[in-house]
Amino acid sequence: MHELSVAHAVVSTVVDALPTPDTRVLQVRLRVGELSGLVPQALEFAYDVAAQGTPLEDAALVIERSPVIIDCPSCGHQELSSTHDFRCPVCAQPCGNVVGGKELEIVDITLDELVTTP
Amino acid sequence: MTTRIVDLRKGILEKNDLLAQGLRAQFADADVHVSNWVSSPGSGKTALLETLLTTAIARGVAAAALVGDCATDNDAKRLERSGAPVRQIVTESMCHLESDMIATYLEGWDLDALDLLVIENVGNLVCPTAYDLGEGTRVALLSVTEGEDKPAKYPQLFNSADVVVITKTDIAGAVEWDRDAAIAAIRAVNPGAPIVETSARTGDGVLDLLDLLLASTPITPSPQLQEAP
Repeated sequence: MHELSVAHAVVSTVVDALPTPDTRVLQVRLRVGELSGLVPQALEFAYDVAAQGTPLEDAALVIERSPVIIDCPSCGHQELSSTHDFRCPVCAQPCGNVVGGKELEIVDITLDELVTTP
Repeated sequence: MTTRIVDLRKGILEKNDLLAQGLRAQFADADVHVSNWVSSPGSGKTALLETLLTTAIARGVAAAALVGDCATDNDAKRLERSGAPVRQIVTESMCHLESDMIATYLEGWDLDALDLLVIENVGNLVCPTAYDLGEGTRVALLSVTEGEDKPAKYPQLFNSADVVVITKTDIAGAVEWDRDAAIAAIRAVNPGAPIVETSARTGDGVLDLLDLLLASTPITPSPQLQEAP
């Protein structure tokens, strides 16, 4: 259950990026890889707690999942549909070379530039 | 209402990752082999580490350990019996170690004098996955008492391991451990990592693990930093 510390990191990173401290944030968009070890539902819950009393208080959290990407040495296939079977779904070659799916990233934030928090 | 979308493209754990990269550079400069041991509670990390540290010291390897737990310094006391310097990180209920804790607890230690540093993470198969500690080798441990399909249940963690260690092999018969099924489960989520079978009680596999930790320093930067220009 480290979602709360991740949620706090989201809030502090966004607050640091605001043009003024009282800018209201309308939406925060995250990219969370299937291999990141984070549970989106738990992150949403933790985010609601972490955002309280900050410019993100009313901001919607949008979580985009990114799939596991491998680099199959045999056929070049890239996307895995499973997180617990690292064989190429096309040619069954075992693929340990993960090149994507561990992302934990704030993609963008949507700001309301006219309304400021009280 | 005027809205504006601002591209951030920032790693959520960037602070942790940057500090971990700094630690990794420090470890490389000091030529110390650092591993991060992750497993579920009760899988035998501390017992194996005690045997490994004792073996290392006996062979003239300057070994040290940092051990993380939510509470108590019981593990540090156990590990000190090996003669290696040990420090306990008490996380106060936090479920994983972060790189700032490693930096803090290393203060005052002369890294240049060390050959091997083992970081025993908090027993947890989920949360430590996301936190780079600057290690060269991530070690995931699986005990024969846990069930052969554990890697399938926690694929993220076992996939992120550079080495997978099976522990408590001395009681494998008593718990009807299916070795082939376990190895297949590990291979399904991590086709390439070396698998070392060990027993802290008999010492089986401990030298192999020690040699592996001293020989390898795979550098695995976090994905966010790999993508950075």
